[in-house]
Amino acid sequence: MATREAGKRGRGEAQKRAVVGTARPKVDAYAKCTGQTLFADDLVLPRMLWARLLRSPHPHARIVRIDTAKARALPGVLSVITGKDLPTPFGILPVSQDEEALCTEIVRFIGDPVAGIAAVDEDTATAAMDLIEVEYEPLRAIRSVEDAAENPTPQIHGYADSGNFHKLVHLEFGDLDAGFRKAELVREDLCFYEGNTHLPMEQHAAVAHATSDGKLTLWSSTQTPHYVHRALSKVLGMAPSRIRVIATPNGGGFGGKSDPFNHEMVVAKLSQVTGRPVKICLTREEVFYCHRGRHQALMKIRTGVTRDGAITAMDFESYLDGGAYGSYGVASTYYTGALQTVTYDVPVYRFRGARAFTNKPPCGPKRGHGTPQPRFAVETQLDKIAEQLNIDPAEIRLRHLVKANTVTANYLKIGSMGLGPCIEKVVEGSRWRERFRKLPYGRGLGLACSSYITGAGLPIYWNDMPHSGVQLKCDRGGGVTVFCGSTDIGQGSDSILAYIVAEVLGIEPVDIRVVTADTDLTPVDLGSYSSRVTLMTGQAAIQAAERVRVTMSGPVAAKLDVPVDRIVFAGGRVFDANDPERGMSFAEAVVTAESKVGTIGSVGSYTPPRSPGRYRGAGVGPSAAYSYSACVAEVEVDPETGIVRVPTIWIGHDIGQCINPALVMGQVEGSVYMGLGEALMEEMAYRENRNVVHKWPSLLEYKSPTTHEMCDVITYLIEEPDANGPFGGKEAGQGPLLPVMPAVANAIYDAVGVRIDEVPMSPPKVLKAIQAKAAGKDPRFGPKSVPTVPWPEAVYVPTPAEGGDGKAKAR
Amino acid sequence: MDPTALISLSPAARKVEGHFVVNGEPHALFFAEHKTLLEVLREDLNLTGTKHGCELGECGTCAVLIDGEPQLSCLVLAQACQHRPIQTVEGMADGPVLHPLQEAFIEVGAAQCGYCTPGILLTAKALLAENPEPTRQDIKNALAGNLCRCTGYIKIYEAVELAAARMRGEPAVPTRESLYGY
Repeated sequence: MATREAGKRGRGEAQKRAVVGTARPKVDAYAKCTGQTLFADDLVLPRMLWARLLRSPHPHARIVRIDTAKARALPGVLSVITGKDLPTPFGILPVSQDEEALCTEIVRFIGDPVAGIAAVDEDTATAAMDLIEVEYEPLRAIRSVEDAAENPTPQIHGYADSGNFHKLVHLEFGDLDAGFRKAELVREDLCFYEGNTHLPMEQHAAVAHATSDGKLTLWSSTQTPHYVHRALSKVLGMAPSRIRVIATPNGGGFGGKSDPFNHEMVVAKLSQVTGRPVKICLTREEVFYCHRGRHQALMKIRTGVTRDGAITAMDFESYLDGGAYGSYGVASTYYTGALQTVTYDVPVYRFRGARAFTNKPPCGPKRGHGTPQPRFAVETQLDKIAEQLNIDPAEIRLRHLVKANTVTANYLKIGSMGLGPCIEKVVEGSRWRERFRKLPYGRGLGLACSSYITGAGLPIYWNDMPHSGVQLKCDRGGGVTVFCGSTDIGQGSDSILAYIVAEVLGIEPVDIRVVTADTDLTPVDLGSYSSRVTLMTGQAAIQAAERVRVTMSGPVAAKLDVPVDRIVFAGGRVFDANDPERGMSFAEAVVTAESKVGTIGSVGSYTPPRSPGRYRGAGVGPSAAYSYSACVAEVEVDPETGIVRVPTIWIGHDIGQCINPALVMGQVEGSVYMGLGEALMEEMAYRENRNVVHKWPSLLEYKSPTTHEMCDVITYLIEEPDANGPFGGKEAGQGPLLPVMPAVANAIYDAVGVRIDEVPMSPPKVLKAIQAKAAGKDPRFGPKSVPTVPWPEAVYVPTPAEGGDGKAKAR
Repeated sequence: MDPTALISLSPAARKVEGHFVVNGEPHALFFAEHKTLLEVLREDLNLTGTKHGCELGECGTCAVLIDGEPQLSCLVLAQACQHRPIQTVEGMADGPVLHPLQEAFIEVGAAQCGYCTPGILLTAKALLAENPEPTRQDIKNALAGNLCRCTGYIKIYEAVELAAARMRGEPAVPTRESLYGY
């Protein structure tokens, strides 16, 4: 219902909107700029204890013995717990319940926790860590995807699809051989994407308070309080009705706070055991061990094209280093194959994906979740194809764009599609046509595009309930409170709720109070991930606000003695459309309605539309709407050092409809920034001698762009409203990151004629490729082979063009 | 246990007396002498507006002004700050009137998650005190020690420039490109 209503608000009404589409401050900006925002580590409760976790120094080992007696005896220590105190496993995905709050028998990476301590202060808890004796029996560590392929044993997890391959996927859409037979050029390329991490400025922190009435409250810097609520209930063996999870404002998330974490379970248990509030704040080093960041991915892409650059078939393989636990990994694996089809027309397509378990910190969802790696492969290969066919890289893309309102070969339903205008804008802004392939040696331009989901089509655990719920309460004084389970991680989700309700009720955002991310007070929203929040909470908020309007309109119309369909809510008033003088203030309207029908409130909810795919694996990729981005990067490459500088990035983003353009600008600029960091320097690298010890778990040594490295960003916002979006809006928080890395790689080629088929494109790699070129060798830096994987039989799905119905078929 | 023996075991027994002037107000307290200024501000004075991202001097989120100079409070022993004027984000506004930098950050959206914001606001304040008309490059140089993972720094530069102009008495507003794109 909400979808239809939003669809009606097409472009025609844009001029009439009072709030939507106008730049304005975020509702939480005042607190954030005055130091009043309370993040998790800012919370202090009377008699609060401090917790620390003792972590494994081994990448893979059996726990032979843990002796906590000396730690318990230290004055000021109130409790020490180990795996046997919390033996129930958990995990974000129902199919990957493989984590323990504290390891019971096996530790699987350096940093896996084995004991939790509660003490009167942090220093005492830290001192107690040294007093815990743990005897380990080291096991052979699995260090890489190649290592996992060669060594099915020792198995890191018994439930893996095969040996140390957690997940093996094989999907085939249409007749691949026929597609390649139509090709006039077939290219095969290998790419490698080093993993990297979110690096939120706020370290994860949590405070638990178990009270003597048998209830528990957990405050945590989490992006997904609903999933933490479920996991806590399972691990503690407690009814969810007695657990309250409150997500504090996140000091940055980027996907890194989307899993339920062991430290959240441990402080909850320690609070129960001690009867006192318990806080933990991870050290920066521990944040690196929590990880859940970008999967390291080795990729092979084979694409057939006609002479004019039309893709006839694509065959894609990804090999992911997943680290020690499942996390979101099954979804991540599918995501490395899901969105190749949503930018340019790909008539037939095969995807094979393998995720290995290794003895490293677990990988998971980072901004772009599983899609930046394949996007890098697709967009750098397309640059090579364009050169071989002697077609301009912008032109080859513009010729073969996916069309709006179509269904892809892998059954993703495209709604609005504004990539064309995005490309035109960045081409014009960067003076691409005058400058591409014409700049002096050392300087270059590169272009790349991308698309991203606006919210995952399916929830993480199977259910038929809404993905997002909103509750409204109208006060007699005209104030409105919006209750919603969504979590503000800095992206502005609290503000979006206020703007949308203000728009529908015709009041000012300042008259709205937003209460979010509290499992006791707010209806469920699944969480701040997959760029879902604006679309889903926005639609739920529209529905709730429209229901309030309906409730209030009748009594107001009766009082004004006008037909109910002439009642308008605007400018803080409720009035007759034909005679605006005949009306009352919004507050008077609430009083009028409440006098007639009782307390004024409503609920709204949203479930995304069902996707047409019916095959196993069709759950990953579908979305209510897809955003589109195009990017041109300019680079300066120093051939003596291999150092790449990026002075400017032009980015066009199809946002559907801005709810608040200033916030969209911030998301786009922030995405470009994070993409630039990934392109040039960020890497979750491990020491080469054993390949399991994190190379640099610190903010200084893990290189991220400072003001000196950050480029200028020229942003173009394209509005192609989508019928499924709130007022037509689509996502902005993740998509604009995706084209940055391939645009930089393509620009490096334009500058110095070498291909860096790896991310990050750090100076040693660039220098090696330049030196290889000078020596007359292959002017490229990149992987040369892929491991052997026991691929399963293909799930074969005829494409829509072949008359398929979305279901798998025997060949 | 004997209360006297218990007292000798308590962390409080290791505390020393200290006198601090924070945001123009005097504070006398007992604090653990190994504590950094960051810890005393957050834990002993409950001024949690000052953040921490590493406690190793790497991220700039804990920056405060000591004698008007931006300093990383995680690297400064509280001992060394006694009797010196300390300013934190809580002291930036003049009563209910926000500092022009705070106004500008709010207006252009320079605070996303807001975690790096206090350190950046104070560092920018020190810059503007010294250089009322900074170039974009001056701002980059001044803020090079403050990491921000949300904004890409762009909105932060724009906010500092906006505040600087207003502090010079110019009737500045955010550019259209800043809020709506090109």
